[in-house]
Amino acid sequence: MNTNVTIAGITFKNPVTTASGTFGSGMEYSEYVDLSKLGAVTTKGVSSIPWPGNPTPRVAETYGGMLNAIGLQNPGVDVFINRDIPFLRKYDTKIIVNVVGKTTEQYCDVVERLADCDVDMLEINISCPNVKEGGIAFGQDPRCVEEITRELKKRAKQPIIMKLSPNVTDIGEMAKAAEAGGADALSLINTLTGMKIDIHRRAFLLANKTGGLSGPAIKPIAIRMVYQVANAVKLPIIGMGGVSNAEDALEFIMAGATMVAVGTANFINPSTTSEVVDGIEEYMKQCNITDINELIGCVK
Amino acid sequence: MSAAVKKKVLITENVMIAKDIYSMWLNAPEIAETAKPGQFVSLYSNDGSKLLPRPISICEIDKGEGSVRLVYRIAGKGTKDFAVMKAGDTFEVMGPLGNGFTLEGKKALLIGGGIGIPPMLELAKQLDCEKIMVLGYRDITFLNKEFEPFGNVYMSTEDGSAGTKGNVIDAIKANGLDADMIFACGPTPMLRGIKAYALENGIKAQLSMEERMACGIGACLGCVCNSKEVDHHSNVNNKRICKDGPVFYAEEVEL
Repeated sequence: MNTNVTIAGITFKNPVTTASGTFGSGMEYSEYVDLSKLGAVTTKGVSSIPWPGNPTPRVAETYGGMLNAIGLQNPGVDVFINRDIPFLRKYDTKIIVNVVGKTTEQYCDVVERLADCDVDMLEINISCPNVKEGGIAFGQDPRCVEEITRELKKRAKQPIIMKLSPNVTDIGEMAKAAEAGGADALSLINTLTGMKIDIHRRAFLLANKTGGLSGPAIKPIAIRMVYQVANAVKLPIIGMGGVSNAEDALEFIMAGATMVAVGTANFINPSTTSEVVDGIEEYMKQCNITDINELIGCVK
Repeated sequence: MSAAVKKKVLITENVMIAKDIYSMWLNAPEIAETAKPGQFVSLYSNDGSKLLPRPISICEIDKGEGSVRLVYRIAGKGTKDFAVMKAGDTFEVMGPLGNGFTLEGKKALLIGGGIGIPPMLELAKQLDCEKIMVLGYRDITFLNKEFEPFGNVYMSTEDGSAGTKGNVIDAIKANGLDADMIFACGPTPMLRGIKAYALENGIKAQLSMEERMACGIGACLGCVCNSKEVDHHSNVNNKRICKDGPVFYAEEVEL
């Protein structure tokens, strides 16, 4: 039975990774999951200098989902390179580094700093709804998407994945722009911008007022968007948005994703990633599937 | 592997002890074995639409029985679900989480405000020194009698119905209480007041903080507080309440 999948020439032992921002750099979860069991670990977004993030409250529960407005708090690329990469390299898994910035220069800076580092792929976050500048500003205009993709491709030594926002009219158009800019792969979806009000305090629940909606509540939208993008471009897709179990992961794969990322479910059950890997194999055995690649985009 | 485990556990008792305040005993030997005063557990609703765990502090630990006691307040739909569960019901619990109190001092003030009172009970049991308890309530008191075996208990209520009228600082001043160590858990305004009081009087203080959490294990960065110094993990002036706390020395955190 083959569970290997390949994206931009990199082979992953299975199609399961983590959604950026839900797994840190794996340290906290290494107590609950054997990281070597995962196809890849996708790290929390890293910027050129340390970012303190947003004020609290930063998280709120919603029906079947949650809102977050962490604001991309991270220790900066220097600490990341010196501490987090060596930690992850102890495990037999691929490393996908999520890159954030407020300006094109800041994205370029991080990509250049990582160029000679021992990491496998870069995922470019042009879709975070929780920072005022940068982030999503790059992800809602196809010309910006194409331009930043092209700039980063010139500098990156690793394949780059552009992470797309669902907060657009036509995600297919953004996918085509990233493809035109030379992206090696796409990941989708980032969170949907949402809001929650505390009626007793008559105030917003999140200090940032808005936050990114994630979790099972958004899965049907994510599945639809993966299908839509898979039919719009030739690039491989990492699908995410509410993956909580193997069944969810298989839905994404059948819709056209080569890999899937587990996000919010990590907060509910820290060993979800490992259970998804097992569940996919189980399904393949039961259905006599010899190669996971047979399932990718099998629903037309 | 971590000391924390996520497991289905059995409720052996779940009773209301005051309006909206419940006392629950759980049969959870792995948690009881390693738990320390000031640590907390994450409780998961059996209703799948409520994703996130509710962090609840540990009120008592019975290693012999393999049980832990939680005293919690109904604060929303999640805790309401817990309140209707009965002895014999099961649900998922992860813990113990966070760092507990450091047991130190010769004469200690144990200060709890509202639902910050429960973790003080196990601390009172384990702390081996002279102890004075100061418990602050809005109006209805709870757990106060259970502290009596461990030292003098002073109370404050906002409406003056029991103890000193006002807050815990008012009760400390009204009764002329002093100590060389403060342990406190309660709402942020109370902790802010205690921090100022401790600094003014040169008393070392450990403060247990709370914030809305998601993962409970230090990964999501949802529950940070501002730290005085750049934190070694975050590399910014933020500490994770769930993982680096919930207990901090007063001078470590900006409230």
